[in-house]
Amino acid sequence: MIDKTAGASLDAKIMLASLGLILLCQLIGEAIVRSLGLPMPGPVLGLLLLLILLLARDRFALLARGPLRDDGVETAGKGLLAHLSLLFVPAGVGVVQKLDLFASHGIAIILVLALSVVVTLLATVLTFRLVSRLLRQQDAR
Amino acid sequence: MKDNPFSLWVYLSQSPLLWLTVTLLVYAGTDAVSLATRRHPLANPVLHAMWIVGAFLLLTGTSYTTYFAGAQFVHFLLGPATVALAVPLYENRKRVLASIAPMLVALVAGSVTAVVSVVLLAEFAGLPRDVVLSLAPKSVTAGVAMGIAESLHADPSLAAVAVILTGIMGAIIVTPLMNRTGISDFRARGFAAGLAAHGIGTARAFQVDEIAGVFSGIAMSLNALVTSFLVPLAVTLLVR
Repeated sequence: MIDKTAGASLDAKIMLASLGLILLCQLIGEAIVRSLGLPMPGPVLGLLLLLILLLARDRFALLARGPLRDDGVETAGKGLLAHLSLLFVPAGVGVVQKLDLFASHGIAIILVLALSVVVTLLATVLTFRLVSRLLRQQDAR
Repeated sequence: MKDNPFSLWVYLSQSPLLWLTVTLLVYAGTDAVSLATRRHPLANPVLHAMWIVGAFLLLTGTSYTTYFAGAQFVHFLLGPATVALAVPLYENRKRVLASIAPMLVALVAGSVTAVVSVVLLAEFAGLPRDVVLSLAPKSVTAGVAMGIAESLHADPSLAAVAVILTGIMGAIIVTPLMNRTGISDFRARGFAAGLAAHGIGTARAFQVDEIAGVFSGIAMSLNALVTSFLVPLAVTLLVR
């Protein structure tokens, strides 16, 4: 269908289309959430849409084209996730706007969050192990 | 402009270019330090990038609004990155399906604990109502938490700060805490990290162990779903 020598520009095109597909999933997610007033964020619905698309692609060969072919959307998605921590920096810097609140309630907020995160970590890991053991599953490693 | 170097600063400090550059360069620096310390938990790149950029803004008297005009291009990617979590979920679907029962039970236990513990502790500490509401979604990724806070008419920017503080504390504490419990199942450890500390916990989990990272990413996306439904419910039941 497409000349093999055009490989490099094909990759670039697939990359662009893949990013476009990710944005499109988010856009459809936002549109559905807003118009139906669903109590969930648009990107989460977008995640579900992309997951369904990827699973449907394996079942129906018709869908395996453009960004859904040759790991296009997979590569783009991993690229986005590679520096996930960076994406939190702008919102984190927002703490400079909250200096008044942190001056008055900072210690309480930090303690509440720290205690809650420890309790959550323990509750999650212990439940996981408990159920895993009850099912007599062998460790994956 | 030539006769007044200050006017160049005035121009640049108002332009998105400067603050986008500062965000990327500072993060590149803190990430390099984190690598150089072999990913020591206390060398968390988000934590250090946050206070360095924050101090820079305070020293130059730059408002957060001006800073955000540049940094929003990075911040915007949180949404597409949430959608992109479908990719590791899809690629590890066999592994996920094999551990589906412990995952789903741990997901429910973990997300209920995350929301209920923070609401009860915050109420116990006597924090104002809008602060309690803004802290409630703190265990999910920033974009989602801000959406939840918005729908509760709470403060999305405080929610984002709570999310990031939670993520950083979770990422710092998870390895020593898990070592102390003696649990060596990296599926369970990663799942807990992603559930409690979202993307920052997931980034940490990938540094420690590949499987931990995958399960962390799964926990983070599943928790985003569950918490969106759970927080409005918990708030109705628990907040005065």
